Amino acid sequence: MSLRWFADWLDTHAWSTALHESFYMYPFIETTHVLALTLFVGTLAIVDLRMLGYAYRTTPISTISQSVLPWTVVGFVIMIVTGVLLFYAIPVRTYHSVWFRIKVIMIVLAAINAVHYHYRISKNRVLWDHAPKPPRSVRLTAAASIFLWVVVIFTGRMIAYNWFDCDRPQPDWVITVAGCVIDEVATL
Amino acid sequence: MTLLDIFERLEEMWIGEAIRTSYWLFPFIEAIHLVGLALLGGTVIVVDLRLLGLTLRSRPVAQVLLNARPYFILALLTMFSTGIPLALSEMIKLYYNFSWWVKISTLGVAILFTFLVRDRIVTRHDASRVTLGALGLVSLVLWFTVAGAGRWIGFS
Repeated sequence: MSLRWFADWLDTHAWSTALHESFYMYPFIETTHVLALTLFVGTLAIVDLRMLGYAYRTTPISTISQSVLPWTVVGFVIMIVTGVLLFYAIPVRTYHSVWFRIKVIMIVLAAINAVHYHYRISKNRVLWDHAPKPPRSVRLTAAASIFLWVVVIFTGRMIAYNWFDCDRPQPDWVITVAGCVIDEVATL
Repeated sequence: MTLLDIFERLEEMWIGEAIRTSYWLFPFIEAIHLVGLALLGGTVIVVDLRLLGLTLRSRPVAQVLLNARPYFILALLTMFSTGIPLALSEMIKLYYNFSWWVKISTLGVAILFTFLVRDRIVTRHDASRVTLGALGLVSLVLWFTVAGAGRWIGFS
């Protein structure tokens, strides 16, 4: 069962086409998406660097989290809203994008990592809240967070390039991973 | 020799040539540039929001700044070491690109402002809250202009 029907349905919307073809709106939304990276990944990096014991070592982890993470959330909301609009503007191609698919998987993994930290690892935070260098498990989630979001930035940037698009000749593995519809490929 | 001649010479250098003839190099360097942007933005934002009294209010401004500074400099170095090769690959396009000129001139102002004005005043510990807030606001406007104009290079 593929979600292609959903992308096709979005593609029939007049607003989707209008957004894709708009002279200023699309670049404006994409620029907002990129600039919000600073607020989202940038401020999250500050929290992760604290958890790694690399920055703000004399500030309790709870202080950094409570004070900085609300801004991270603001950045995340902007990322999601602009990201959904960017998908809405170009639904079918993005749905088949190998890069977009990797990106979504990485976001899911990053979310699991965040939930795991929030509900498991941070349970005994009082024991290491003031530690300049927190325990290994804490540092590992912080490192995983940085790694996953860096991959998200990488794959996100690559969506713009058409190397693996279904309308070009592709090796079998790309056709599989991208979920290209063979009949469509043959007619192009 | 005109400025355009200099830009043409720079574009002819091997490094720009290598990036232009490669399939992957430009996107790859560009992606690292974006990772650098995230870190640069984060280190700028956390300090400026503190100056505006919007985060880490229980911590002294100088402490917030000095802890972020090594990562701000690391991010700046990442931006330069990726941004210069990217620029060298398309100097003539950039010569005619208004967004790039906005970005580069604002970048110069932002760097000077950050190191010579903002950081000096903040680490002197005697500035008023209004002064600190103004420094944070100016810094945010400058750096977001650099980033926004930078993204717009690709659209114009």
